[in-house]
Amino acid sequence: MSSFPLRIGTPDGLLFEGDAERIVCRTITGDLAILAGHCNYCTAIGMGEAHIVLEDGTTRYAACIGGMLSVMNGTCRVLATTWEWKEDIDKNRAEAAKKRAEERLARQGLTDQEYANATAKLQRALVRLSVKQ
Amino acid sequence: MAANMKAVKLRIKSVQSTMQITKAMELVASSKLRRAKERSDECRPYFRELHQTLVDIAEGNTDFSSVYAKPSSNERWCYVVIAGDRGLAGGYNSNIFKKLEAAAGQNASGEAAGYVVLPIGKKAVEYFQRRKVEILTEDFATVADISVADCFEIARLLCKEYREGRFGHIELCYTEFVSMLSQRPEVYPMLPLTDLEDFKGGGQDSDSQASGGARKTPVRDLILYEPDSSEVFNAIVPEYLGGFIYGGVCDAVASELAARRNAMEAATSNAEEMIEKLNLSYNRARQSSITTELTEIVAGAEGVG
Repeated sequence: MSSFPLRIGTPDGLLFEGDAERIVCRTITGDLAILAGHCNYCTAIGMGEAHIVLEDGTTRYAACIGGMLSVMNGTCRVLATTWEWKEDIDKNRAEAAKKRAEERLARQGLTDQEYANATAKLQRALVRLSVKQ
Repeated sequence: MAANMKAVKLRIKSVQSTMQITKAMELVASSKLRRAKERSDECRPYFRELHQTLVDIAEGNTDFSSVYAKPSSNERWCYVVIAGDRGLAGGYNSNIFKKLEAAAGQNASGEAAGYVVLPIGKKAVEYFQRRKVEILTEDFATVADISVADCFEIARLLCKEYREGRFGHIELCYTEFVSMLSQRPEVYPMLPLTDLEDFKGGGQDSDSQASGGARKTPVRDLILYEPDSSEVFNAIVPEYLGGFIYGGVCDAVASELAARRNAMEAATSNAEEMIEKLNLSYNRARQSSITTELTEIVAGAEGVG
């Protein structure tokens, strides 16, 4: 299969630069795969699992949260707020975050802002855990 | 003579203690600089890619249904200004303010609607308070403590105000870290996206080195947005602003430390020079007092003999 140049960046640095055969990640409208030869494209990334298939057939999984995905003249750029490779995810921390968020959501009298924050935290933790498993 | 000698000696002492301070500040700045530079280097690829992608999108965009994408008729500018927390960094703070004033003067056409600022850094807050410029928020006063999360917070705030029409343009003003010895204050347009396109056109004529060189071929192909452009922009613009501001903060912190280190290095070497000169005049004064004494003794001995 043919491959295309892919770059994955977050504010903490460029996490991947090289050729890939396929990238699959969750956008705001659902899962999406990009293959070589895609037309110019732009969408926003949601929260979910992502994986890339490299030229030699290895697959790397990651948790991907927020940001944008664009294809410009054959180059795919993923600029995510958070992109964590499966091997880098700290399971205990994610579990603790999940527990904290659940406790907070169980409380009464939250403001909308607090509720939104807690839900976002819970979602992030769940994404991390689902990737890790 | 003795009085003169004492004065010179005191002066040497005072210069020496000043030198100690500047030397210490230089060391502190260079050790902090190493960390700041690492952070800035880490963040730079993301920053570049982000900017490049948005410039590409701005150029290729033909769909102006989103509020972020269409040209704005609101002649009120908002500047996000990143300056330092402390002084004693050479011209670091004043350069960025000068650059801002120049940009603001250029943008304000005729009947100026004025501008709003979002200062980051204590010096910026102080400066705009003194000049009585309208300040959006002072919550982000210390540039050293700004994290990624803070930047996204800023971006959300900016987007909200932008949608409500409080201002029609957003620009980022910070000091770009070029190298250890050179830092350049820059103003980058951020919103609306049509401003990015204009900026690129203007940037190529005036300073092509700043635009990186690799952006010569304009993309005029259509871009597919999914589900549609306004929804995509609503989702990505806050992210983009946050990432962009964070990149600016990283660069600005490194620039501030580099500027301080350079200023302190210059101050230390000036102090050394001064001490050398003072030592010379001290020795001269000492010598001449000895000569006088000798003459007096010889003259006295002759008188006795």
